[in-house]
Amino acid sequence: MFKTRRGFLSLFAQATVLVGVASSLPKQAFAAWSKPAFDADNLTQAIENRYPNKDIVDSSDIRLKAPSIAENGAVVPITVESDIPGIKSISLFAEKNPSPLVATFNFQPASVPYAKVRIRMGQTSNLIVLVETDDNIYRTQQEIKVTIGGCGG
Amino acid sequence: MKIKAKVKNNAVDVKLLIKHPMETGRRKDGDGKLIPAKYITEVEAVHNVNVVFHAEFGTAISKDPYLAFRFKGGVKGDVVTIMWKDSAGASEQDSIVIK
Repeated sequence: MFKTRRGFLSLFAQATVLVGVASSLPKQAFAAWSKPAFDADNLTQAIENRYPNKDIVDSSDIRLKAPSIAENGAVVPITVESDIPGIKSISLFAEKNPSPLVATFNFQPASVPYAKVRIRMGQTSNLIVLVETDDNIYRTQQEIKVTIGGCGG
Repeated sequence: MKIKAKVKNNAVDVKLLIKHPMETGRRKDGDGKLIPAKYITEVEAVHNVNVVFHAEFGTAISKDPYLAFRFKGGVKGDVVTIMWKDSAGASEQDSIVIK
């Protein structure tokens, strides 16, 4: 199979490099993407699919930084942050978007419960932030007025 | 993909910019035909073999997504690896040294 000893050794060296790369990757690459939650076309269903059978409590311990007026709905900067202990995830919902669930940030023990993104909003609507812990779902929301919608063509 | 990672206030502050069309599947081209959906669904950050942040995106994330997040336990000189994949099966992976 191998005509020379060098050919065999070279193949072995390549294989070793590959094994090295594989073992440096995390155990669970790409946890999951919730198709039912992102496919839901109304807010109630999107929330139910994202966080099934959970009670939602309004909280003043979630900091949401968003513009009150977004001139361009295609690029709306959003920052979320919270000091609530034991946060597992934070999700953003734009109530009147065709698919209300915008994003979910899944936090690990090393994560700081903070994220900043730029989102699209089709029209003026509430932006709802839900924070998930083991026991509860906490909520805050803010209306964002959109002058030019960001979901159309 | 452009990534910046910097130690700030006892945590590593990561900012990234991904070049991606984020097509929703609802937009039409010049001939009135729907442009097929192609949008990033997941972004993941790895530091020292551990996942330190994971995001799920839908079609409402702006074109050329910007994302910032923070994690603890990283020091200057460590490597952070970012991976993303999209709804059409494309993916990218890139690493950066923490400053």
